[in-house]
Amino acid sequence: MSISFSETKLKEVNGIIARYPDGKQKSALIPILHIAQEENGGWLDIPTMDYVANLLNILPIEVYEVATFYTMFNMKPVGKYVFEVCRTGPCMLNGSDDIIQYIKDKLGIAEGETTPDGLFTLKPAECLGACGYAPMMQLGKFYKEHLTKEKVDQIIEECRKNAGVNN
Amino acid sequence: MKLLLENAHIEGIRNYDIYRKYGGYRAVEKALKLTPDEVVEEVKKSGLRGRGGAGFPTGMKWSFLAKPEGVPRHLVCNADESEPGTFKDRYLMEFLPHLLIEGLIVSSYALGSNLTFIYIRGEYAWIVDILEQAIAEAKSKGWLGKNILGTGFDCEIFVQRGAGAYICGEETALIESLEGKRGNPRIKPPFPAVQGLWMRPTVVNNVETIAAVVPIINLSGEEYAKIGVGRSTGTKLISACGNINKPGIYEITMTESVEEFIYSDEYCGGIPKGKRLKACIPGGSSVPIVPANLLFKTAKGETRYMNYESLSDGGFATGTMMGSGGFIVFDEDQCIVRHTWTLARFYAHESCGQCSPCREGTGWMYRILKNLEHGKGKMSDIDLLWDVQRKIEGNTICPLGDAAAWPVAAAIRHFRDEFEWHITHADEAQKRNFGLAHYADPRPVSAS
Ligand SMILES: Cc1cc2nc3c(=O)[nH]c(=O)nc-3n(C[C@H](O)[C@H](O)[C@H](O)COP(=O)(O)O)c2cc1C
Ligand code: SF4
Ligand code: FES
Repeated sequence: MSISFSETKLKEVNGIIARYPDGKQKSALIPILHIAQEENGGWLDIPTMDYVANLLNILPIEVYEVATFYTMFNMKPVGKYVFEVCRTGPCMLNGSDDIIQYIKDKLGIAEGETTPDGLFTLKPAECLGACGYAPMMQLGKFYKEHLTKEKVDQIIEECRKNAGVNN
Repeated sequence: MKLLLENAHIEGIRNYDIYRKYGGYRAVEKALKLTPDEVVEEVKKSGLRGRGGAGFPTGMKWSFLAKPEGVPRHLVCNADESEPGTFKDRYLMEFLPHLLIEGLIVSSYALGSNLTFIYIRGEYAWIVDILEQAIAEAKSKGWLGKNILGTGFDCEIFVQRGAGAYICGEETALIESLEGKRGNPRIKPPFPAVQGLWMRPTVVNNVETIAAVVPIINLSGEEYAKIGVGRSTGTKLISACGNINKPGIYEITMTESVEEFIYSDEYCGGIPKGKRLKACIPGGSSVPIVPANLLFKTAKGETRYMNYESLSDGGFATGTMMGSGGFIVFDEDQCIVRHTWTLARFYAHESCGQCSPCREGTGWMYRILKNLEHGKGKMSDIDLLWDVQRKIEGNTICPLGDAAAWPVAAAIRHFRDEFEWHITHADEAQKRNFGLAHYADPRPVSAS
């Protein structure tokens, strides 16, 4: 049930731990949780967090309290593609409300929900540092900026194609 | 005049060879011939003020760093950039990564940091790769690692990703996060300069602050101080957004008037569709919003300029702040109540929850504003909102409490009639916006 990192991932983890002075390996926690989340299909369950605690030789509670603090760590399963659409003031001035509504209608989900096919999750986000290129969303590692309804259609299309789904 | 973005347009400047060809790493060569104290002295002379928001003199901050025998010291670069309206550090890191690395090497040398971190917000994931690439290049050319340029100075730089928490931009929360903990700000004192990362003396500086050290060394502190005006020396990056024709990053010498900045084609290029200006938040979401009639001219009737002193002229009653340079423009069709509500939601979401005034107060303000915006408010809510914000300000461990209170206070101070209209005309407020009322735009409608 519990994940375990491959040899290469373990090497990466040890490389990160080696950045810090002796005894300060806990500093590697957030970078390693990012890796763990990626390896575990986009979220952190208890066995995964326990595995990380073990790697760093810290208590499981030290991992839970950190994982639950930061919004980028998902405590429940998410879809294959997570649309994190910014809704803070500057994006709102440029129409983020309409984009969010459009995505909700198009995918038939509310904020925080995942489509039944497990492909898409809509996660409202607060300012992502792209206010001049609004409206925008984060999708995986990259930003999609200057969103329009047409652009949202295209993004959804592309995701479906990449996932091998025909609609 | 451009100091930071001078070479930003050059193709391939992200790569070491091109960056070097255009004069990159000269500041390291120059600085490492000086003593660390002499480098600190140059930064002091430059008058550089922290670009992260507070505007504290960088040279002075550096001179406060404790230097106990045998205890390592650290420099941490604050790349958490999460203040709504602010996206300038991202631009520097994305397009001029070597400028930041060069600044970090010089600054690490000045402060005696052999182990330096860039703490970057987790969402900027692709920028981590860009920075790590630049670090690897710098290291392979001997600018990083052991015995740099034969001076005996060793330095390593690592990039550390956060994971989505505005509060980790506050320097003590950032340090906690870098230690692998929740981002709960620490009670000060002790200050990071005495007990910071792993309880060692630490300096935390913003990305733009560190980048500015490069031109300071290249020009000399004295020459740098001649640029700008008064105590606003050098150049400042402004990230402009909202209802303007040309959103983006601008480097200014702080001698430009606010009117010129909004309307000239060199900068924001005016407001789209010929609409009129309603209000502006010039320094990131935490600083007070000002209506158009107080923006171009101060209460004394003097021209307002894009610098620390002029923007804050009049205090919070009629002025605002330079802050982080996140410049947000509102046209006549924007709703101040709705905007204030989104900001209140932001601060309620980002409060770390340690102090009750901030934890409870931000949520309370959010709920009141939500009611007001949705036509469910009462007249007494406006006074209640005022009261809640006043009780947060100054009563918390870190300045996030103030940062949450100020935007609400300013919105009520200047736009009270718009709040009242949301109560007296609740149905209408659901269908249309309040508009301009008396917030006179000094420009004629036909302009731009
Ligand atoms: C809630 C909060 C958020 C902050 N966010 C940032 C940030 O994202 N980036 C930053 O450089 N400074 C931020 N600061 C300011 C830092 O605490 C600190 O003053 C700054 O990094 C110092 O660098 P400077 O002197 O170079 O400006 C924030 C402060 C507070 C209270
Ligand atoms: S003011 Fe708010 S964010 Fe700052 S320490 Fe207190 S609860 Fe946390
Ligand atoms: S407000 Fe949306 S990216 Fe800043």
